[in-house]
Amino acid sequence: MTARGFEDLLRELTPQVLGTLVARYGRFEGCEDAVQEAVLAATVQWPAEGVPGNPRGWLVTVASRRLIDQLRSDHARRERESATAVEVVPEDVPDTDDTLVLLFLCCHPALTAASQTALTLRAVGGLTTAEIARAFLVPEATMAARISRAKQRIKAAGSSFALPEGAEREERLRVVLHVLYLIFNEGYTASSGTELHRADLAHEAIRLARMVHAQLPEDGEVTGLLALMLLTHARRETRTTTAGDLVPLDEQDRKHWDRALIDEGLGLVKESLAGRTLGPYQLQSAIAATHADAATAEETDWRQVHALYLILERIAPNPMVTLNRAIALAETEGPAAGLALLTTLDGDERMARHHRLLSVRAHLLEQTGDTAGAYEHYRRAAKATASLAEQRYLEARASRTRQAPGA
Amino acid sequence: MKFLISLHINPAVIDALTDEERAAIGAGHGTFIEALKASGELIGTQALVDPSQAAVVTVRNGQPVVTDGPFLESKEFLGGYYLIDCENKERAIELAGRIPDAAIEGLGVEVRQVMFSDGQLEA
Repeated sequence: MTARGFEDLLRELTPQVLGTLVARYGRFEGCEDAVQEAVLAATVQWPAEGVPGNPRGWLVTVASRRLIDQLRSDHARRERESATAVEVVPEDVPDTDDTLVLLFLCCHPALTAASQTALTLRAVGGLTTAEIARAFLVPEATMAARISRAKQRIKAAGSSFALPEGAEREERLRVVLHVLYLIFNEGYTASSGTELHRADLAHEAIRLARMVHAQLPEDGEVTGLLALMLLTHARRETRTTTAGDLVPLDEQDRKHWDRALIDEGLGLVKESLAGRTLGPYQLQSAIAATHADAATAEETDWRQVHALYLILERIAPNPMVTLNRAIALAETEGPAAGLALLTTLDGDERMARHHRLLSVRAHLLEQTGDTAGAYEHYRRAAKATASLAEQRYLEARASRTRQAPGA
Repeated sequence: MKFLISLHINPAVIDALTDEERAAIGAGHGTFIEALKASGELIGTQALVDPSQAAVVTVRNGQPVVTDGPFLESKEFLGGYYLIDCENKERAIELAGRIPDAAIEGLGVEVRQVMFSDGQLEA
């Protein structure tokens, strides 16, 4: 087995083993540490001695032993203070997959999104703290403290290891999907010098989304999110030049979009739209599918894109959605119509200074021939963004308006 | 999201404080650092020597020239910083508000998002 093969196997087994342990013993915090130690032991032993016949059973046994050792030493410490009964630790291993329960636990509402993300990557994704720290460009000690704090919070909240019921379950699933979406986006945002690690995060998010989809194949939003990730990831090679410069959607070389991912994504979109419910991820994946369907930028069905944004705006009102609808509207009705829609966002204090609003307005002004206005807005957008790649792109667009005839 | 919280100090303002007030600032920073470490939001913090100790380096015609600093003709100088990684700008601002300097007239606490990072983070 290759190093990659070992890693994939361990990553797949980690949440299952952790789920089994937590279901058995409770104590998420202790179980999580024990599983990390067992995984570490496997990383050392398996390549040298071969993968055991039942790798999952092996991990459960080793992790349980670590946990029991830990419980005994905790108990011995407590014993010195007060007399309590020794806890009996069962030996048998149930063959159920509690990955979903584990994921719900990691996305506990008592945690911030940053903590939910870190804990999910470690407990469900099976990444080490060092790997997560590298992916988010923070020191390992910082990430270790964040994960440890998250585990304490969950413990303090007194959560039980069971799927929440009814409306709470529905609500928690939305949080889970949001966390997966954040992990994916973190991986998808091009950032200088760190592309490699970040691409891994996108892969990881897709892997986790596949896992949730396998457990909840009927949930349209889960299917929609997975489809959205696949359709977006299919364009990754064409989003930037080799020099790291951004390439906008209409200038991307569509021949290099990943056809296999697109086909899978399109299939999932169809499947999710056939269901009874309609949510934001389903709509966003349907929009991504419309773009994926167009062989050239000119062939894009902007009427459909606009209609989908209109529905999205109704079910999940958000200034960013309106902004995207303005782009689609400009394509179908002309830039003036797009600009008119943008003025409805000017009253929103947070949007008014947002670089996306400034840059979309710049694009539309450029299309109307107002090069001076476009220049001004590209420059302001370039100052407002926190992304270097985007700043370079916007500066280049600004310079281009200066060179255009009549400028 | 990463933010740099920079501390702009005015040596004259610091000098005018009582020993107790200065000690309270020091203790306040200590508490702040411990809280940031525990929450997993601190990347690093540094404090700088007095601006009178600064050396200003210029290169003219390929020749380096060193003069006694500081470079800025100002009452306020960079005294130190906190580099943090937190949820969003609102959280960064909330954290900045806990720094003792923020409550003292004449000292400045400024929050700006980081745009590029490189180098060894495992300090």
